[in-house]
Amino acid sequence: MISFRRTRAMARKEFLHILRDSRSLYLALMLPVVQLILFGYALSLDVDRIPILLFDQDRSPQSREMLAQFRGSRFFTVLGDIESYQPGEYAITSGTAMAVLVVPRRFGEDLAAGKQVPVQLLLDGSDSNTASIALGYARAMVAGYSNQLRTEYQIRNGAGEIKPPVDPQIRVMFNSELKSKNYIVPGLIAVILMILASMLTSLAIAREWENGTMEELLSTPVRASELALGKLSAYFILGALDTVTIVLAGVYFFGVPLRGSALVLGISAGIFLFGAMSWGLMLSAITRNQLQANQLGLLSSFLPAFLLSGFVYAIDSMPALPRFMTYIVPARYFVAMMKGVFLKGVGMELLWGEGLLLLLYATVVFVILTRKLRQKIA
Amino acid sequence: MSGPMIEVRNLTRAFGPVTAVNGISFSVARGEVFGLVGPDGAGKTTTLRMLCGLMDPTSGEMRVAGFDTVTQTEQVKDHIGYMAQKFGLYGDLTVEENMRFYADLFGITGQDCEDLMANLLKMTRMEPFRARPAAKLSGGMKQKLALMCTLLHRPQILFLDEPTNGVDPVSRRDFWAILYQLVKDGLTVMVTTAYLDEAERCDRVALMHQGKFLLMDTPQVLRESLPEVCYELRGDDMRSVRDRLRQLPSVSHVELAGNSVHVFLRAGERETELFAAVPGASFRKVLPSLEDVFISTVRNAGAARDAA
Repeated sequence: MISFRRTRAMARKEFLHILRDSRSLYLALMLPVVQLILFGYALSLDVDRIPILLFDQDRSPQSREMLAQFRGSRFFTVLGDIESYQPGEYAITSGTAMAVLVVPRRFGEDLAAGKQVPVQLLLDGSDSNTASIALGYARAMVAGYSNQLRTEYQIRNGAGEIKPPVDPQIRVMFNSELKSKNYIVPGLIAVILMILASMLTSLAIAREWENGTMEELLSTPVRASELALGKLSAYFILGALDTVTIVLAGVYFFGVPLRGSALVLGISAGIFLFGAMSWGLMLSAITRNQLQANQLGLLSSFLPAFLLSGFVYAIDSMPALPRFMTYIVPARYFVAMMKGVFLKGVGMELLWGEGLLLLLYATVVFVILTRKLRQKIA
Repeated sequence: MSGPMIEVRNLTRAFGPVTAVNGISFSVARGEVFGLVGPDGAGKTTTLRMLCGLMDPTSGEMRVAGFDTVTQTEQVKDHIGYMAQKFGLYGDLTVEENMRFYADLFGITGQDCEDLMANLLKMTRMEPFRARPAAKLSGGMKQKLALMCTLLHRPQILFLDEPTNGVDPVSRRDFWAILYQLVKDGLTVMVTTAYLDEAERCDRVALMHQGKFLLMDTPQVLRESLPEVCYELRGDDMRSVRDRLRQLPSVSHVELAGNSVHVFLRAGERETELFAAVPGASFRKVLPSLEDVFISTVRNAGAARDAA
């Protein structure tokens, strides 16, 4: 039987440690918000304001009209106009410009004659992701202008307006503005909580071993499960406080919509914290060394949560091995739940599977933790 | 409960190829203070840890307060107090918080807890430091606090692992005074120590060396047990006197102690040669100290092993 009194005694003692160590306490309360803001800004995956140089060899009304589209676009920032290739190549090499658009001589004349006219785009391919997005934008703009011209031409020749045969009607669900912040922030909250939880707890048992208090505890009637639950509940209070803080920061600072229920969010965060904190305690109980436990805690929480949770990199497009590995990363399920609650506004009726898997993970880790704690001195 | 409070039979514990405790047997009666003495690495701490159920033996049997330490560990823990070599205190918690934590773990609550804490604080004269963080206490006070924490649940047996290590002599004396007071009320104490003067305060002492008990008896009997006869010689330049006496065939060994030497005459030898070696000096026949007994025993054990 687990004794409530002994568990509470452990929890109270652990909470006193947290309160008395003011430096770690400030760190534990401030770091998540700082991380959210830093990552939230740095990890923007939106590509806009691509720096571009324009080389208009034609200087006709038509070329000016087309380039005006680029000047007015939010996807491009026109750095200036150039008179030759050389400054353009230099700008791309030195990294000041991402692209150079070249409009050839006789552009306007040839268009008027109904010929097909090539337009040249020089691109910096060293950042292939951004380059291909920039290429897409530029292509779409040129195509748009070209369509406009064709329509005008047809109307002028009395053919009437001919609409394109297929017209895709697109509606983006859940993140209609396609802002990357909206899906980064909920995932980021999951990653930050994972790091925080295992870092906080990774010291808690190793410290007792290093101070010699563990030996004393082992000679008292306190049981492994009481010790673990007591410590968990003290850190849980801190973790819950952090969760509330970063969720509020996400909603009010980054303007991410919270469409689902705060209760579902709270329950899933609670289960996740329980598992992640048990993980930290387990590392602490295995290593019995604060430094090792801390390093292991950071490595084993940060890397999988960042790379294998589907937070930045889509799980479906991973090769088979890493994709298989994501199944044992608890953050994977929590990231899915967070995106579901934040952006889709769904509740437990759709998220219960992830919730159960998180619970399973937490239980398994907790059982290993108590096994490790039950071990004698040597 | 009648019968011995601690009973150990053929206790052995091996760490890989090293046998830390090698087939020891002993028993300790209620109200007895049993001392375990020996050099570092003799196996004292391992023995204590096994008795407290913190470690399992490789073989052998142990009963503490009538319970088997391996199969009935939980019951054993309810009856014992254990003070580890490094006092298990939380430096950031105050004296009172440390005590309350342990009281809660042992299920001591309410008025009972208040009374016990008040008594212990009074006995150890620690009342003025109730609200002081444990990290800011002196070595002696830390030790008293650790003792109080292990006494809160009124254990029948107290296991102390080198409790006075690094504690000043006055605090050591206080500590023993408190222990005696508790023993008078029926507490059984098993203590390890590296200080021989402390061993003299025990009812019975065992000398442990390389996992085995070489001697076990009351301090008085042990001091009388040496086959050699001990003479004390006082004077100046004892170093050179020692070197001279060592050459004598009738002398077994010589120990320097400050401005005196203890000379051990082989059993059955006459004093004439010895007295002639330092003319004019006054020799006094003394009872060897426990230290003399232990050093000579450990040395003989080493010689016997080398010969084997």
